[in-house]
Amino acid sequence: MNSVYSGPGFDFANTARNSFLESRGLPLPKATSTGTTIVGCLFKDGIVLGADTRATTGPIVADKNCEKIHFIADNIRCCGAGTAADTEFSTALIASNIEMHALSTGRKPRVVTAMTMLKQMLFRYQGNIGAALVLGGVDADGPHLFTIHPHGSTDKLPYVTMGSGSLAAMAVFESGWKQNMTREEALDLVTAAVSAGIFNDLGSGSNVDACVITASHTEMLRNFVKPNERVQKERSYKFARGTTAWKKEDIRDLIITEDITVIREGEAMDIS
Amino acid sequence: MSIMEYNGGSVIAMVGKNCVAIASDLRLGVQSLGIASNFQKIFPVTDRIFVGLPGLATDVTTLHEQFRYRVNMYTIKEEREIEPETFAALVSSTLYERRFGPYFIEPVIAGMQRTPSGSYKPFIAATDLIGCLNFAKDFVVAGTASDKLFGVAEGLWEEDLGPEDLFETISQTMLNAVDRDTNSGWGVVVHLLTKDKVITRTLKGRMD
Amino acid sequence: MPDGSYAHPQQRQFNPYTENGGTILAIAGADFTVIAGDTRQSEGYSIQTRYAPKVFRLTDRAVLAVNGFAADGNMFVKKVKQRLEWYRHAHAKDMPLRAIARLIQTMLYAQRFFPYYVYNILGGIEEDGSGAVYSFDPVGSYEREACRAAGAAQSLVQPFLDNQIYFKNQQLPPGQTRPLHLSLSDVLSIVIDSFTSATERHIEVGDGLEIYVVLAKGRGPQGLEAVRGAQELTTNAEGDRVFIVRRELKKD
Repeated sequence: MNSVYSGPGFDFANTARNSFLESRGLPLPKATSTGTTIVGCLFKDGIVLGADTRATTGPIVADKNCEKIHFIADNIRCCGAGTAADTEFSTALIASNIEMHALSTGRKPRVVTAMTMLKQMLFRYQGNIGAALVLGGVDADGPHLFTIHPHGSTDKLPYVTMGSGSLAAMAVFESGWKQNMTREEALDLVTAAVSAGIFNDLGSGSNVDACVITASHTEMLRNFVKPNERVQKERSYKFARGTTAWKKEDIRDLIITEDITVIREGEAMDIS
Repeated sequence: MSIMEYNGGSVIAMVGKNCVAIASDLRLGVQSLGIASNFQKIFPVTDRIFVGLPGLATDVTTLHEQFRYRVNMYTIKEEREIEPETFAALVSSTLYERRFGPYFIEPVIAGMQRTPSGSYKPFIAATDLIGCLNFAKDFVVAGTASDKLFGVAEGLWEEDLGPEDLFETISQTMLNAVDRDTNSGWGVVVHLLTKDKVITRTLKGRMD
Repeated sequence: MPDGSYAHPQQRQFNPYTENGGTILAIAGADFTVIAGDTRQSEGYSIQTRYAPKVFRLTDRAVLAVNGFAADGNMFVKKVKQRLEWYRHAHAKDMPLRAIARLIQTMLYAQRFFPYYVYNILGGIEEDGSGAVYSFDPVGSYEREACRAAGAAQSLVQPFLDNQIYFKNQQLPPGQTRPLHLSLSDVLSIVIDSFTSATERHIEVGDGLEIYVVLAKGRGPQGLEAVRGAQELTTNAEGDRVFIVRRELKKD
C-alpha cells in the first residue's frame, strides 16, 4: 500500500526506523505541549470554560497566543491540555463525528455523547494520545461539565481544572465557588482561576480565553483579558538598508507581461 | 543529542507590511562534521508559497516529495492552486498521520494568501514534528538554532516592516543566530515574497 | 524481607543540585560597566520567589552576578565578600577588579570535584579606569570580555548582543566608521530590551530586573540622568561609583 491510497488512521511505517534510531542512543524529540491552565465551572444558566494561551517546548514559549478552547458542536466546547497536536486532532475528530451523529439522529448533540466518544478513543490508545480535556456544554438534559484524562477516565463535577496550572486554579475554585452563581460571577471566578495559573505556573501564561455556554447561546470570548501585553521597546532596531552583505540575487516577477512585436504588416482584410 | 539535531539546520519566517520572508541556513552535517554547504531546506510549493523543512535530512527529501505529490493531486482535483492556509492544514495532517512514527521535521510555511477582494495578505505558520499548527502574527522559527532565533527575532522584529527592511531584519536575525549554533550555518538563503515578486538572495556570512 | 535483610541490592541517591532559572548579563563600555539580572527564582514549573537578587555589589568598583543553583550562588557571594573584607583589613584598600577575578577563579577551582553549580559574571572598573567584564564557568575558567550573557536565556540573549554590541554581521557603507564604544544610554536600552525579549520567550525569566551601573572615577553621570529611578550605592564618592536601576518585568 503505497502513497497512492492512504487508509484511515495512523501510519506506523516509520516506527521500525525510529525505534532503531532510538536504540542507537538518539532519544525521540519532544513535541509542543500546552503546559496549560484549563478550567470549567457550572453556574445558574450553564457552563463557563476558561484557558490560558501559552504553548511551550521545554522552557521555551512556542506560541504566545494559541487557542485551547476547541469547537465540538454549537452547544459543546472542549479545553485541551497536554500534547498540543493530540488535543487539536482528537477534538477535531470528535467534532466531526458529533456532526455526523447529529445529522443521522436529527437531534442536537449531547455532552455525554462527546464525552463517551472521547473517552473511548483515548482508552483505546492506552494513554499514548496525550490529551487531558475539560469538556463542557448544555444539551437537552441541561448543563454538563466533565474532565477526561489521557487514559480515558472521566469525572463529572461542578467545577474542574486541568493542566500544569490546575492546582493554582483549583485553589481559587475551592475558595470562591458557590452554587447558582450568575453569569458575571462565574466568568469572574473562571478569569481569576485561569489568572492564578497564568501568574503562578510557569507552564501557563499570556491571555485568558473564556467561553460561556447557555441553553440558548454560546459566546466565545477570545482574549477576554490580556494582562500580559509586551511593553514598548526602549528603541527601534531597524537596520540601515544595505547592512546585510549578499552574494547573489534572483528576482522573479509574478506579473506576466506580454509584448507583441509586429514582424510584418499583413494585407488588410477585404471588407467590401 | 536527538535525531532532530543529527543533520543540523534552521529556518525562520517573518511577516512584514504586505510581504513575508523566509530564511534558512545551507548546512548539511553529520553531527559536528560538515558535509555540504549547499543543502536547500526551503522549497517552493506554488508561486506564492514556500515551505522550510529543517530536521533529519532524509525526511527533508521524503517530505518534500510527499508534499509535492499531495499538492499536485490537490491542484488537479480542485483545478486551482493551493492557498497557504490550506497547505498548512495539509502539512499538519500529513505529519499527524504519523503520530506514532513521526518524520523528524518541523516545517515552516510562508506565503501570500489571496483575500476575497483579490489582493494578497502575508501568511506564516509552523508546526511541530507531529503537526501541531502555530499561526503567529510576527515570526516563527524551527531547527537546531531555534532558541537563538527566538531570542534575536524577539529583539529585532517590529511591526509593518517594508520588504527591504524586512530583508535586513530577517537576514540579521538568521546570521547572528546561526553563528552561535554549532549545527547550523555554512551560508544563508533568504526568500522575500511580495504580492508581485519573489526575491531570493544568498547572504555573505561566516563559513565556520 | 520480613527479617530485615534485602532480596535485591538497593540503591539510593541524593542529588544536591537544582537549577533555579533566571538570566544575567554584563556589558563593558569605555569608562562604565552595566551588570544586570532578573529577580525570578524558580524550580520546575513553580516560582519560589519573584524577588531574589542575583546581582551583588562587592566594592565601589566591582559587581558580581551569579546564576545557576541559587543556594550555591548565595553561599559563593557570601564567601567572596568575606575574602574581600579580609583583604580590606590587611591592605586598607579595596581589591582591584582583576585581582577579584583571579580570586574567584581560585575559589571556584578549589571546589573542582564538588563544584559550586553557578555561572559567574564579574563587572566593574579596572585600575586603568576602563570598563571590564569577566565571565567564569562553574570550575573557574575565566576570560575578560566586553559583553556576556549567562543563565537560562543565554542562548536567546547572547546572539542578540553579538549583533547589537559587537555589530556582528553588520556591514557599513563605504567610508563610514563606527564609534569605538557604545554610550551608556544605548547600552541600558539594549540591556532592558534583552530582558523583555527573554521574558517573552523563556518561561523562567521575568518578574523584576536589577541593573547595576559602575562609573569610572571622574566620569560624569551622562547617560544616567535621564534614567528613571537610578539610585546611588557608592560608599566613597572620591572613587568609582555604583548605581542601581530597577525595572518591572512580566510576571506570567
